[in-house]
Amino acid sequence: MSKRIDAIDLNVYYGKFRAVADVDITIEPKSVTAFIGPSGCGKTTFLRTLNRMHEVLPGAHVEGKLLLDGDDIYAPGVDPVAVRSNVGMVFQRPNPFPTMTIRENVLAGLKLNGQRISKGDADAVVEKSLRGANLWQEVKDRLEKPGSGLSGGQQQRLCIARTIAVEPEVILMDEPCSALDPISTLAVEDLISELKEQYTVVIVTHNMQQAARVSDKTAFFNIAGTGKPGKLIEYAETSQIFNNPQEKSTEDYVSGRFG
Amino acid sequence: MTTNVKTDLENKGRSRLTVGQKPRWTWAACLAGSAVVAAAVLALIGFNVAGWAVLTAVLYVASMYVSTVVLENRRKATNGLWTNLVFGAFVIALLPLVSVLWTVLSIGLPGLLAPGFLASDMLGITGAVDQQSVNEGTSVLGGVAHALVGSLLITIGATVISVPIGLLTSIYLVEYSRGGFFSKAITFFVDVMTGIPSIVAGLFAAGLMMTLVGPGTNVMGFSAVLALSVLMIPVVVRSTEEMLRVVPNELREASYALGVRKWRTILRVVIPTSISGIASGVTLAIARVIGETAPILVTAGVAIQTNWNLFQDWMMSLPVYIYRQMMFPTAPSAPDASEQRAWAAALVLIIIVMLLNLLARFIAKAFAPKKSGR
Repeated sequence: MSKRIDAIDLNVYYGKFRAVADVDITIEPKSVTAFIGPSGCGKTTFLRTLNRMHEVLPGAHVEGKLLLDGDDIYAPGVDPVAVRSNVGMVFQRPNPFPTMTIRENVLAGLKLNGQRISKGDADAVVEKSLRGANLWQEVKDRLEKPGSGLSGGQQQRLCIARTIAVEPEVILMDEPCSALDPISTLAVEDLISELKEQYTVVIVTHNMQQAARVSDKTAFFNIAGTGKPGKLIEYAETSQIFNNPQEKSTEDYVSGRFG
Repeated sequence: MTTNVKTDLENKGRSRLTVGQKPRWTWAACLAGSAVVAAAVLALIGFNVAGWAVLTAVLYVASMYVSTVVLENRRKATNGLWTNLVFGAFVIALLPLVSVLWTVLSIGLPGLLAPGFLASDMLGITGAVDQQSVNEGTSVLGGVAHALVGSLLITIGATVISVPIGLLTSIYLVEYSRGGFFSKAITFFVDVMTGIPSIVAGLFAAGLMMTLVGPGTNVMGFSAVLALSVLMIPVVVRSTEEMLRVVPNELREASYALGVRKWRTILRVVIPTSISGIASGVTLAIARVIGETAPILVTAGVAIQTNWNLFQDWMMSLPVYIYRQMMFPTAPSAPDASEQRAWAAALVLIIIVMLLNLLARFIAKAFAPKKSGR
């Protein structure tokens, strides 16, 4: 249920602009990997290349290899839709589908793809996913209410439930707590710790305490200046990044002395 | 502090924060004063109600400004002046609408209530029949059934053609085109089409059908359907495009991230999210073309009997019916009967357009994404 990710010499472009340069990284299965770094350094851009969401934007493309358990997802002939159903994504702002109820939101990945499932199976998927997202107790009595009626933290957990309902191998999270209050953040962080039992989790965060709390390994990205590409500076065990970084810029960033 | 303010004001139950304001009844006093002065002025040159209302309004705005300057200060007076002017502009903008509604309603209602007006066409209603009913004071015979049927059939036909084309065009523009030459060309020509005079659309459709089926047989309901489609497609493209563009990109990305294909995302996420706006835009486009006269006159022609077949024979429609009854009365020596029918038909047309507008609002509300309901 979880897969290993290897990026080999990966370059990410927006049109002619190279946003991320020469990334080599190995992300272990059943672990939480955090990407940290200043704004604009390419963390989110790199994250979006992991499930081929990057190329949704006009002119965006990728060079290099990105292996998912040894298979290059950027090889010619690979269907991005197949990649995305293996690599789920949770976004910065909670984005439940406004036309759907809570139940329909959880089932969205199945229903939108036209899969027909019996009511009993659907109920089982809804309950399992919502329990997996620590949301079942809060919404079990109002599954037919609109998903957009939930609080921000609940909406974000609904989006996580929606993502795990399609049973991906990898879950990507793009600053999943930046729009949430501390209590909802705690709920989502607890959830991330549980998710790594089954999934490979990659999380982008601006909150270094959060990276230290939830992740096993941490990758520090940095940018040399405006218009320059972002680069992977250091990638190691989280404790090493925060306590004993090898690079000067990593130490400056995690200790808050960064420009 | 309010040292320079008379303390007796404070003693009248006013707080320190509200002193220095003009009394609440100032506006009533100004209005009454303006009305009296206006009546007096007009009495000198001959009184009439419309002039009295206009002069009262002008005097009221001026007197409010002066009294506010005197009682309060210049800033508040300027604020009040502009508030009054904006309100006045609103009333002026509303006047023609109310006036039209009132005129059509008051003149058209007797004709609409005449027995069989909605159920009968003009077959057998000759000048002699009209002459007789006017002379003998009996109710006017004949009705709009044929025009009603024609208008509805032609409009439904135009909708059936325009909505799929317009919807698919806007889906292409918003979801698939990446700002290339083709999409710019489409946008440009849609803009040009929006500005086409309706008679030109009518002549185009008439000419097209003449080359397709030959002269004589080309005058039929379907030609009018084509003419109205030419007018309707750009409106539908424009309104639908706007609605699709306001669907947040986050929803599309959320759907893609679940491994959903693009066409399914458009069909199941983007369109349901914007369906209320699309539907009300389409309804307003229908309301816009149902009142077109010139393009129908040159394509579907005129008729006196009900014709259910869009592909054969001439067909009447409400706007053309109104035009014909007004300009070419059935009985030239007794035009009252035709005029009554024309006004009643105008009332029917207005009612249909209003119902369509109400329908648009209802649709927008019924399909709108659910925001609340925890």
